[in-house]
Amino acid sequence: MAESAGDLTTDTAALLASEEHEVSIVGRSPWYLAWRRLPRNYGALLTLLVFLFIVICCSIAPVYARHIAHTGPNAIHADEQVRVSGKLTPVVSGGAVYNAKTNTFEVRRVHYLGPTWWHANGRFVLGADSLGRDVAVRLLYGGVNSLKIGIGSALICTLLAVLLALLAGSYGGWIDWIVSRFFDLIWAFPVFLLAIALGSALQINGFHHFGINIEPGSLWIPTLVISYVLIPYVGRPVRGQIMSLREKEFVEAAIGQGAHPLRIMFSELLPNVASTILVLFTLIIANNIITEAGLSFLGAGVRLPDPSWGNMIASGQDQIQSAPWLTLAPGIAIVLTVLALNVFGDGLRDALDPRSKVRLEH
Amino acid sequence: MLAFVIRRLIGMVAVLFGVSVLVYIVFILIPGGDPAERMAGKNPLPANVANIRHQWGFDKPFYVQYVRMMEKAGNGVVPGKHGEFDVLRSFDTRQDVVREIKKGIPATMSLCIGAAIIWLFLGIVVGVISAVNAGKALDRVITTLALIGVSMPVFWLGIVMRYFLAEKPAHPLFPDGEYVPLTQDPVQWAYHLVLPWFCLAVLFIGFYGRVLRSNMLDAMNEDYVRTAKSKGLSPGRVLRKHVLRNSLIPLVTLFGLDFAAVLGGGAILTETVFDLKGVGWYAAQSVGSLDLPPIMGVTLYGAFFIVVFSALVDFVYAWLDPRIRPT
Repeated sequence: MAESAGDLTTDTAALLASEEHEVSIVGRSPWYLAWRRLPRNYGALLTLLVFLFIVICCSIAPVYARHIAHTGPNAIHADEQVRVSGKLTPVVSGGAVYNAKTNTFEVRRVHYLGPTWWHANGRFVLGADSLGRDVAVRLLYGGVNSLKIGIGSALICTLLAVLLALLAGSYGGWIDWIVSRFFDLIWAFPVFLLAIALGSALQINGFHHFGINIEPGSLWIPTLVISYVLIPYVGRPVRGQIMSLREKEFVEAAIGQGAHPLRIMFSELLPNVASTILVLFTLIIANNIITEAGLSFLGAGVRLPDPSWGNMIASGQDQIQSAPWLTLAPGIAIVLTVLALNVFGDGLRDALDPRSKVRLEH
Repeated sequence: MLAFVIRRLIGMVAVLFGVSVLVYIVFILIPGGDPAERMAGKNPLPANVANIRHQWGFDKPFYVQYVRMMEKAGNGVVPGKHGEFDVLRSFDTRQDVVREIKKGIPATMSLCIGAAIIWLFLGIVVGVISAVNAGKALDRVITTLALIGVSMPVFWLGIVMRYFLAEKPAHPLFPDGEYVPLTQDPVQWAYHLVLPWFCLAVLFIGFYGRVLRSNMLDAMNEDYVRTAKSKGLSPGRVLRKHVLRNSLIPLVTLFGLDFAAVLGGGAILTETVFDLKGVGWYAAQSVGSLDLPPIMGVTLYGAFFIVVFSALVDFVYAWLDPRIRPT
């Protein structure tokens, strides 16, 4: 190493600083710093709680459906009556009504049961849809599907992208060339159109190649499609960071000591990009939930009658005049979830950034 | 510079070829099964299926099918051969896919150019205001609004906007959907497009504002900004000539690719929600019936725009920022 006067090692810097302030400087990992900083960021903390609350609500969907709403996500109650504040109210009224006097059918304006909040003992808390299904129950079950797809695809996508980026970054050469061209190729498509294309191509017969069997209508289709089209969005930044890390002395030292490429990949490079990956992972979940909603809205994601926040909006939009809650409830659920993840991801990025301005008092 | 341009153009052609192969794989190989059986309807006669299979070329080896598909897509673009089996046709409606895409271009262009102007302008305004007021209450409010904008699904925003601004009020502020061609009545054209423009722009305004804000905050800590300040330039001049100019360069890449994506049918959700019969709307119509050729055509069309625009962006970038100009 060059012995110039400006080259202070960390130890000398720490020594100088401790002489000046008469306190010793302790080396701290970014994880520790983040752990100390994050609780000071009330916004990020609050949104994390909101997200966890949504996850918990969705995960108790079956309990809620059985013991509170007494129905299932696909159970139809169109010709039933519910006691709201002690008054019997039809779930769906209007439409073609038989008139006994004139012996004819009259077409009346269709009226759906609106949100009962808590006046019907937990039934139809958020109202009923056009088939008389309980919107609150569907919202929770739809949330399960949306979260499953959002988190699952984020996991698969991040895993694949990081693996590819590590391979490209540590081997370089033709492996890097192939991985980069693969990223370029997916990058060349409008993400959402490619997702729709793949989604609808897979919905026809499912996927039955290479020993993998996925039936049409399976939740795996949107999950895999979304994780596939977003690979370069995670892979490119991670690869770039690995490329610049490869030039650093500690990697050179590891190579010089004869470390195996796998060791360099997993114990030298990976820990140094871990914080980037974690932040990207959080933001990618948010992005995937929106993408899934869009796909299901167009019919290339979760297929009816299985609920998802996206297809609930799609089937509710025609009744927005008479039953706005059908569109508003799932939309607000999406916005809350995605907003929570975005704010938390931002907070996480600030907390993990060693240059961040967040002060740490002792 | 010329060598760079030529190399970039060769790369562009290579990516386009890769794109077409991938599209072919997605649409012909992944679904598996026999498209002829799907097209012949329920309980088809075997002779009928064989006939369709032969006419549409499903019995040919895959490379012949690939070449035929590209040939058909090409025939649709140039005038001349437009016979029954010369152009790319929908399996369902048997319409010429390329002709239908062409029909959608004016609506898509109107939507995208207007929205792009709005999002670029407002994105820069939002970014500058929040960077200048960084840490203050105004910055917090704007940052929160930008985050909400980024977190809203565009189709939901569109439905809600339509409902509250065009459908529900007794005297609606805006007309509800319906595209009026520019050549017919420019005022009505713009009036009918205001809602879709803003709906499409909201996401990008939030995103660009955030990117610009963080770029500007980084630039404000640079040495050349301190030099500019210390030589006595007015704060406004430092902001315009030094901070903003350098912070805007990364937005060029973003804008080029985003604009290409929405132009190439990426605004599919906005077009669907507002019943704008554009390119994306055409693709969305075929999703329900899982009719693949229109989706295939629009995907190719969109990828074409992105590939061409990303090459353009690289040229503009090299021209704007001499540091990255390759030799």
